[in-house]
Amino acid sequence: MSHTRAIDALRHLAARQRWRPVEVAFWVATLLPFVLAPAYLTLASQIAITAIFAVSLDLIVGYAGLVSLGHATFFGLGAYTAGLLAKAGWGEPLSGLLLAASVAGCFGWLTGFIVVRVRHLALIMITLGIGLLLYEVANRESWLTGGNDGLQGVVIWKLLGRFDFDLYGTTAYTYALAMLLLVVLMARRLIHSPFGLSLRAIRENERRMSPIGISSRAQLHRIYTIAAAIAGIAGGLLAQTTQFVDLSTLGFQRSADLLVMLALGGTGRLYGGVLGAIVFMIARDRLADVNPQYWYFWIGLLLVCVVLFVPNGILGGLARLKPRDTQ
Amino acid sequence: MTAALSARGLHKRFGSLRVAQDITFELPPGARHALIGPNGAGKTTLINLLTGTLRPDAGQVMLDGKVITLLPPEQRVKQGLARTFQINALFPALDPLEAVTLVVCERLGVATNWWRPVPAFHAAVEEAHGILASLGLDAVCHRPTHLLAYGQQRLLELALALATRPRVLLLDEPAAGVPRSDAGALFAALEALSADLTVLFIEHDMDIVFRFATRVIVMLGGRILVAGSPAEIAVDTAVREVYLGSRRHG
Repeated sequence: MSHTRAIDALRHLAARQRWRPVEVAFWVATLLPFVLAPAYLTLASQIAITAIFAVSLDLIVGYAGLVSLGHATFFGLGAYTAGLLAKAGWGEPLSGLLLAASVAGCFGWLTGFIVVRVRHLALIMITLGIGLLLYEVANRESWLTGGNDGLQGVVIWKLLGRFDFDLYGTTAYTYALAMLLLVVLMARRLIHSPFGLSLRAIRENERRMSPIGISSRAQLHRIYTIAAAIAGIAGGLLAQTTQFVDLSTLGFQRSADLLVMLALGGTGRLYGGVLGAIVFMIARDRLADVNPQYWYFWIGLLLVCVVLFVPNGILGGLARLKPRDTQ
Repeated sequence: MTAALSARGLHKRFGSLRVAQDITFELPPGARHALIGPNGAGKTTLINLLTGTLRPDAGQVMLDGKVITLLPPEQRVKQGLARTFQINALFPALDPLEAVTLVVCERLGVATNWWRPVPAFHAAVEEAHGILASLGLDAVCHRPTHLLAYGQQRLLELALALATRPRVLLLDEPAAGVPRSDAGALFAALEALSADLTVLFIEHDMDIVFRFATRVIVMLGGRILVAGSPAEIAVDTAVREVYLGSRRHG
């Protein structure tokens, strides 16, 4: 049996976190819509926003192993926070986004006390239940939220005081893409940190955590709060780029769609949610053109095929084709 | 001298089943005590009561004279009480280096750091590598745990516990399932444990008990039947009856 040196072990660990060429290529490719499909920049910005939302869910589902069916709660909270702030007369986008993240993060922290105490079906029901509660509160308090009509009169100021949110979505896509990059950079640091390592350990064997001195509940509470804040950013972005908020931002459908995207793209891989968001949103856009009524049929078919044939999602399937050089 | 770990009058029942009855014992610092008894005698239950996985209905657990009965398990680990499991309880997709580094990071108080990459914590990674090397696991430290040989997984159980730098170590059948031919590395590791470390281990194999233990505690039906030196236990009539009796029925 050969002995290894500590320094080699360190190098080996560091090598796993290096940027891969395909990762760089992806970010270059995100600039293509500006050139190739300027007519679709609005769609591209919605995809980028959904990708942020998906990355936030992946942190809890893919990395920490907590399945949530109520993640839209935080998306909607962020959207209404940013929307209401603008409606009240403060339309500065970046500070609005910060407030959206704070409000969603606070609510995530509060509900986290319940969420980290339950697992499996109970967890799914609790997250679903909290989502339904908030939806109906927003529905009922229509003096504040506009109820079914949505929030009207949201006016967003120029981004950085210079860039108007134009009709073509150039500013919107740039803004959303920059935020996606920021969120992915942050998530990337997080998953490679000791905290990220502890989340993977919790996913692998939660009961082994307390015997090594780690409170898994405290760690899960932290990541749930972080994920909620990021979801709030995504919601805030949607409110600001569309200058409109309605109840669907809080809806169960949005939570369910997001979980579908993550399953399609692959969980626990950082870019799985991003890829899932791209595939789902483009498929919805195309399919809704062909057949506006029954397009979920095809999403359903795609979902069944992916889960059957590539259970780790599209990204998981691709990773299997190419043996990883670091392993 | 204050006992490193002691229990006073521990009681625990599940419904009408008494799994621990008036358990009282002391482990002096540096002790090597074995806990034996037939299946269902309450040995693992006792470990669970000591580590906080179970809360006793009555009685107290003390670590270095401090009452820890109400502390949650992870806090007891921070106070220096570690354990291993009879059935491997590892992190299948993590590799040994990641798993042990995580334990060291927690001990150093940086397991909540979400900003710096793991390799930036040189000291933690080097210490983890050192622990693995001392157990002969350094050659497989980048291999996912689920691909390790069974004996290596048993050693990793020990590595995770040692990485918490315990003062008291509770080993639940450390050699369980390891074929005699492969047990050498494990025995060497047990023999190499620091003399300051206080050890209580559950074991079924009497050869191992007589090899490592300076004192033996025998449990039966949730009670401590008798405790004494290995030589005393070997000739104790009550113990012989328990083991012969269980053999007759088994």
